[in-house]
Amino acid sequence: MSTPALTAPRQPLFSRLPVISHLKKSVGLQRGMLIVGVVLSGLFILTSIFAPLLAPYGYSQLSDASGSFPTQQAPSGQHLLGTTVGGYDVLSRVIWGSQTAVTVIIVSVAMSLFLGVALGLLSGYFGGWLDRILVVVADAIYAFPTLLLAIVISIVISRGQSSFWGGIFSCAFSITVVFVPQYFRVIRAETIRLKAEPFVESAKVLGASSIRIIGRHIFKNATRTLPLMFTLNASEAILTLAGLGFLGFGIEPTSAAEWGFDLNKALADTSSGIWWTGVFPGIAIVLTVLGLTLVGESINDLNDPRIRGRKRAGGTPAPGTPAAPTTPSTPAEAGKP
Amino acid sequence: MTSNLGNLSDQAASGQPVLTIDRLQVTFATDGGDVHAVKDVSLEVKAGEVVAIVGESGSGKTVTAKTILGLLPETAISSGAVVINGNDVISVSKSTLRKIRGRDVAMVFQEPSTALNPVFTVGWQIAEGIRAHATDGKRISAKEAKQRATEALRKVGIPDPETRVNYYPHQFSGGQKQRVVIAAALALNPGLIVADEPTTALDVTVQAEILQLLRDLRDNYGTSIVLITHNMGVVADLADRVVVMYQGDVVEEAPSRVLFAEPQQDYTKKLLAAVPHLGRHSASEGARGRLHQDGGILVEAKNLTIEYPGRFGRHGFKAVDDVSFTVSENEVFGLVGESGSGKSTIGRAIAGLTRTTGGSLKVLGYEMLDFKERTFRPLRKEIGFVFQDPAASFNPHLTIGECVAEPLMIHTKPSAAEARKKVGELLESVQLPASYAQRYPHELSGGQRQRASLARSLALNPRLLIADEPTSALDVSVQAKVLDLFKDIQEQFGFAALFISHDLAVVDMLSHWVGVLYKGRLVEQGIGNHVMGSPQHDYTKRLIASLPVPDPDEQARRREAHRALLGG
Repeated sequence: MSTPALTAPRQPLFSRLPVISHLKKSVGLQRGMLIVGVVLSGLFILTSIFAPLLAPYGYSQLSDASGSFPTQQAPSGQHLLGTTVGGYDVLSRVIWGSQTAVTVIIVSVAMSLFLGVALGLLSGYFGGWLDRILVVVADAIYAFPTLLLAIVISIVISRGQSSFWGGIFSCAFSITVVFVPQYFRVIRAETIRLKAEPFVESAKVLGASSIRIIGRHIFKNATRTLPLMFTLNASEAILTLAGLGFLGFGIEPTSAAEWGFDLNKALADTSSGIWWTGVFPGIAIVLTVLGLTLVGESINDLNDPRIRGRKRAGGTPAPGTPAAPTTPSTPAEAGKP
Repeated sequence: MTSNLGNLSDQAASGQPVLTIDRLQVTFATDGGDVHAVKDVSLEVKAGEVVAIVGESGSGKTVTAKTILGLLPETAISSGAVVINGNDVISVSKSTLRKIRGRDVAMVFQEPSTALNPVFTVGWQIAEGIRAHATDGKRISAKEAKQRATEALRKVGIPDPETRVNYYPHQFSGGQKQRVVIAAALALNPGLIVADEPTTALDVTVQAEILQLLRDLRDNYGTSIVLITHNMGVVADLADRVVVMYQGDVVEEAPSRVLFAEPQQDYTKKLLAAVPHLGRHSASEGARGRLHQDGGILVEAKNLTIEYPGRFGRHGFKAVDDVSFTVSENEVFGLVGESGSGKSTIGRAIAGLTRTTGGSLKVLGYEMLDFKERTFRPLRKEIGFVFQDPAASFNPHLTIGECVAEPLMIHTKPSAAEARKKVGELLESVQLPASYAQRYPHELSGGQRQRASLARSLALNPRLLIADEPTSALDVSVQAKVLDLFKDIQEQFGFAALFISHDLAVVDMLSHWVGVLYKGRLVEQGIGNHVMGSPQHDYTKRLIASLPVPDPDEQARRREAHRALLGG
């Protein structure tokens, strides 16, 4: 099974990184999907980093040297994507919005990762009453609609106020609470499976302490699925953030730009034929979620050797001839149909 | 017994080959590039003939078998010809292939419990094949299909088939399940059955029954059988002709008797020499009393009972029942038994992985009945454990060096340089180059991994080593090397060992004293040589008689003796 790997040298760190190693072993449609996903996600991240350079105006800027911005102006030379009812520049807010989205994703996913992984490892390995309580709590959280839960927590944390970090943290916390059970479940299930693996038993027989077993033997093996969960959850986090903003629990426009909030404000514009205030934040949400989901789903498919597509054996035989000769160097085979 | 044998006897009369494989090549696309699983295989199977394809893992024997039924995955490309009744399986359309499967050729799989669908009755599963092959467009009624399924079950010797046809797979034992799988293969009277390791997952006594069944099928119905196996004893028992494969090529092809008597190729000779043969190289040869009794007693079990708790309202399951034995210093105690006999449970109890529930088990003076991890931990460095599957007993994320150093790190906490030096010494003592410390477990072969596992268990110079089926996941030739190594190291280090195995010949090669477990009870114990040579208990007699030996003539004699034993 592992004969070819016997002599193969270890690949450099760069080509073993999650997305890059996946890109290398993908072919055909799967590769296309992954590339589209990577490009969209890359654009999203780059935009957020270079937002101050890219955006023509600030996210809360209402006027410049030539005076106040006009309100509800259609896309023009001065405001490429038009302006909103409050006089904000739509293009600038879409660009700045990516920064808010990235911050929320990083904070929320990082928090839920640490909490979920730690709780999952402990609960799965030790079992007993701790495990039972945590599972019940996780199930209870599952029972709530995620958006409702997020709203409740958002109210509890920010009490209606919405500074930049206050808003970010209330969004991030509410998303964390929704996601922790997911990480917890996955890691706990993996831990329980690994606990019965011979290599863990062999560590036990050697007299290793529980902390050592969890840290050295289970942790790395249990967290293989995390890159996948990260990308899928990142897109969900954006949707939750947008949902919160849309319902009015987001961040005030003076503190930060937020796509969901802008969509909410654009609601009234649709009936009066003003399309640009809603369409562009909407497109931004769709493209970001699409990109992250494509990356996640492609990684999922590529991790499973049964779903993963491969180049055909023996180079590229003509399509439709399943019995093509595999080793053309054999003279007897070369002439056969 | 059966009514539709017409086409079979015709074939047998004409002497036509049932299966012709001509210059078959199979290539797989993998992440590591193309793998040529089968390079150039040609063979013929005549009607009523049993042809065995033998080889070690990776020799391409299973791929060859799967090609015969057109079961290769999409990543494979095959060329050459596999002709069954005039149809080339490789080039025919999918619908023709479906017609060929079941009608002309059928398959018996290795693991009967996974080859049957647990949610349907066995009758339904056998009938499924019958109804899929309705002749001349006529649908076969459910009633008729079931009747024919009953008939098939009767043929394979399932008692009371009229009732059993409505049973679900879990209501049968492992051997009976394999009979059902064979019945399903036989339902349409195919001229050829491909049996891929049909007895590997079964116990020795059950294996003997299944081999007898396959032989009866050939004798009574003229069915040809392609037998894929790695077990030379099974080959000697059943095969007329043997094809030896090595790395995708046919190395040697000869009638069974000729091959075992005068192997021509070096590889075949080596392969046959590596097969453990009951009664040869016994570790207790010439011993009159129990060896190594002068030292202290390391493990002492008195009326040991281990019970697994039952589900709510049910009795628990007694895995080990009233077992008493001792293991002394320097002694190798062999524990033999079939699956479910409780042999692994005893090993795990000694290592503190399973709790004992009754009697007394003293390990290095520690009473395991009041086991506490904290108080037992200091003793752990005196006990080594070698697991069955070397692939699974290493953490895939650590290098071999880190894995072997793990016990040192836990108990003695040496400096990095000391640890590296010690790991190098340990690897050399199990005949692995010290440079292998840098490698990851998946970069080693099965035998190398098991040696590394041995090195890890010896790292702290334990007084007691528990080896739970250490060679059953390995190929024969690798197994021979690991067993030799084990024997050498045991003499060199002088530890006591509990050697657990289902293979009588292997246990006899290593153990001074042998205990035979049957359904949780220790039915017999004695000097290895004596237990194997003149067993006292009925079960031991049956166990030894059903073990096939790699010699067709001797095996034929043993078979008769076995039949007499069962009859009498």
